[in-house]
Amino acid sequence: MANLTINGKTLTLDVEPDTPLLWAIRENAGLTGTKYGCGIAQCGACTVHIDGVAMRSCGLSVSEAEGKKITTIEGLASGDSLHKVQEAWIAQDVPQCGYCQSGMIMAVAALLNEKPKPTDADIDEAITNICRCGTFQQVREAIHTIASA
Amino acid sequence: MNKHVSLQMNRRAFVIGSATLGAGLAIGLDIPFGGPAVVRAADGSPEIGAWVVVRPDDTVVIRIARSEMGQGSLTGLAQLVAEELECDWTKVTTEYPTPGQSVARKRVWGDFSTGGSRGIRSSQDYVRKGGATARVMLIQAAADAWKVPASECTAANSVITHTPSGRTTTYGKVAEAAAKLTPPADVKLKDPKDWKLIGKGVKRLDTVDKTTGAMVYGIDVKLPGMLNAAIKDCPVFGGKLKSYDEAKVAGMKGVKKVVTVGDTAVAVVADTWWHAKTALEALPITWDEGDNAKVSSESIAKWLAEGLDDAQPAYVGNKNGDAKAAIAGAAKKVEAVYSYPYQNHATMEPMNATALYTADKCEVWCGTQNGEAAFAAVLEASGLPAEKCDVHKVMLGGGFGRRGQTDYVRQAVMIAKQMPGTPIKLLWSREEDMAHGKYHPVTQCKMTGAFDANNNLIALHYRLSGQSILFSLRPEALQNGMDPAAFQGVAQSGEAAFGYSVPNLLIEHAMRNPHVPPGFWRGVNVNHNAIYMECFMDELAQAAGQDPLEFRRKLMGNHPKHLAVLNAVAEKIGWTTPAPQGVYRGIAQVMGYGSYVAGAAEISVVDGSKIKVHRIVASTDPGYVVNPAQVERQVAGSFVYGLSALFYGGCTVKDGKIEQTNFDTYNSMRISEMPKVETVMVPSGGFWGGVGEPTIGVAAPAVLNAYFAATGKRIRSVPLRDQNITFA
Repeated sequence: MANLTINGKTLTLDVEPDTPLLWAIRENAGLTGTKYGCGIAQCGACTVHIDGVAMRSCGLSVSEAEGKKITTIEGLASGDSLHKVQEAWIAQDVPQCGYCQSGMIMAVAALLNEKPKPTDADIDEAITNICRCGTFQQVREAIHTIASA
Repeated sequence: MNKHVSLQMNRRAFVIGSATLGAGLAIGLDIPFGGPAVVRAADGSPEIGAWVVVRPDDTVVIRIARSEMGQGSLTGLAQLVAEELECDWTKVTTEYPTPGQSVARKRVWGDFSTGGSRGIRSSQDYVRKGGATARVMLIQAAADAWKVPASECTAANSVITHTPSGRTTTYGKVAEAAAKLTPPADVKLKDPKDWKLIGKGVKRLDTVDKTTGAMVYGIDVKLPGMLNAAIKDCPVFGGKLKSYDEAKVAGMKGVKKVVTVGDTAVAVVADTWWHAKTALEALPITWDEGDNAKVSSESIAKWLAEGLDDAQPAYVGNKNGDAKAAIAGAAKKVEAVYSYPYQNHATMEPMNATALYTADKCEVWCGTQNGEAAFAAVLEASGLPAEKCDVHKVMLGGGFGRRGQTDYVRQAVMIAKQMPGTPIKLLWSREEDMAHGKYHPVTQCKMTGAFDANNNLIALHYRLSGQSILFSLRPEALQNGMDPAAFQGVAQSGEAAFGYSVPNLLIEHAMRNPHVPPGFWRGVNVNHNAIYMECFMDELAQAAGQDPLEFRRKLMGNHPKHLAVLNAVAEKIGWTTPAPQGVYRGIAQVMGYGSYVAGAAEISVVDGSKIKVHRIVASTDPGYVVNPAQVERQVAGSFVYGLSALFYGGCTVKDGKIEQTNFDTYNSMRISEMPKVETVMVPSGGFWGGVGEPTIGVAAPAVLNAYFAATGKRIRSVPLRDQNITFA
């Protein structure tokens, strides 16, 4: 059993402490917006916020996440208001297949939280998610649009 | 009237869909007394022909048979229907018919296959007719109600107007009456110059859920009582499962069952996938690897190299004059050997499918590029007839050709069949996905070019040696043993025709099929053919002492569409003006999937081994552009896919197995490595070409040719990481 605080709610989940947080989120908490891509913290599809910091949930164990504030893509919006990154993604039609975009959006939201007006170099350094469809151009443009708003 | 009803019944065979997750639509039939049949969607709204459902609130539901995997054709296909339907685009939504429903209705929605960049080009005619048919029926229904001739009525934005009187009504109001009409036998489609929606970069219809985590991919399917399965197939292709020690994992947490899957694989079924995967890793398994365990990349390369020898048999795909004789007597000869490795599709979402099998029904939920092939796989694996099976398509987390194959669907059914009544979600680990791809085929190519004394190219011999996809996946498509698709991009004619005129030409393929299963990998045979041909064109230009662009242009006089896209990128990148200090350019063109494409790159190179790509310009002529915003994304994405393969890709074989296991050993480009792609669309009209794939072909040669311009070094094999060349 583990207590995980996900999107503002504390859940008691029947899960072993060494289970990767990704799978606790997907299978035990039932939040499937966070995606599995590699399981070895390479691709970033599973990116969530841990106390506001973008982290790859496949590389974190449940025990490491206990007591921390976990935010998934489902918890990014405030009530009915989408987060500005989600809004920009919709306005600029960023996703193609969309599978990597939960992680991409979480990584971008964390970057903008830290650096509201990131340079291209900041983006290059902070956004290391894999997108096999190749949406990078739209991702970069959408980030700059948000930053200049 | 009775006769009329029975004809309608016959045409629209009665289907009951199941209203389960991802079912898309359920269809019922109501037969009013004395009237023709009306086919209804799940919510009771009537169909106006198979492609369109109109709800009372004027919402238009457009049926999409092809699969959406990011390429945007779901939106493009809806645009095609809506253009002719003259409906309000803001009230358009889409749904997938199931393959089972389509088969039961005599394949009313046609081909479901979504590969070969054919989603739009192969269905544009009949889906536009579907929209036009519905418009004619809706207008007729309004005219009937008003007791006026339909010819006096027009439709726009889902509103029908009787022009002489100014009366109006909406599609939603007349839908019931329209559904009872007999569809017109033929409809006239708009002249392209009258298009209002086709050609507009309208927003995709499927974006919102992809930004909130709500989009359901195959991996996200949940059914009541569902269990999860992890699988391991014999890592040596062609090997078999010998034994496993179930007792070692039987007591592990969550484990429900260990099952044999066919004669090559074993799966663990557990409450969660994490438990299934953990137990599978702990399961002692013995394989009978067979003779293929002796195969390595080196042994494959040696075998392919033997095929480059003219003494070996080969299929001739394109020929004129006498290339061998012309080369023998030429003033100057140039020869080079290139190679291209296996590549994994590496879709972001690993293969998966959810199956529910009972004695009298088998249903599958999955992302698939070919609903009907998945359906056929369900029939075969379940042993049940078509009317007891169905496939519910969900969003694909990438396809790139991989999800046109049905191995994972078959496996899911084979597992579910051993646990009747329990839905089983089979998910491959990334490692399983890397180990059991349907890989981009491996090839080598020896090219010889010959010049006369005036540096005119008089002969070209292009000898390909390597794997045939069709031999493995569609042997019925071979022509007297020859794989016609092997010549994509260098073919004599057709949708992937060679763009140069060479007086003595011989293009041939020595087929060699190693045991590693090949597949249709985005761009398919265009990829290596474009690298070989376009890099060698640069070598020929160099040998002739000519500019690579000018050298090509001289050979392209009879290929105006090929030349037009090449000229378009040359102009946009400023080929005739000097590049910035330290920046070098490369250019390439090819035809594939009915479209003409070209690309140019500007790069700089540090220490001969660190490449910075500064700029990419791409040009495409697909005949017609349905949604320019999506075409632009496909073109840009093609460079990410093509350059990822060039820099980081390449699957190698050791002891009969693929060595790469995950994104740490099979990497993919990141945002920092990718410049903006400037796309120039030059649709010339009169034909329909594909968009998703052709551009990949020019990505690698444009960069490789720029690398030569920068360093004077030719790179003739992929990936660059094997030569310690990477991104700066």
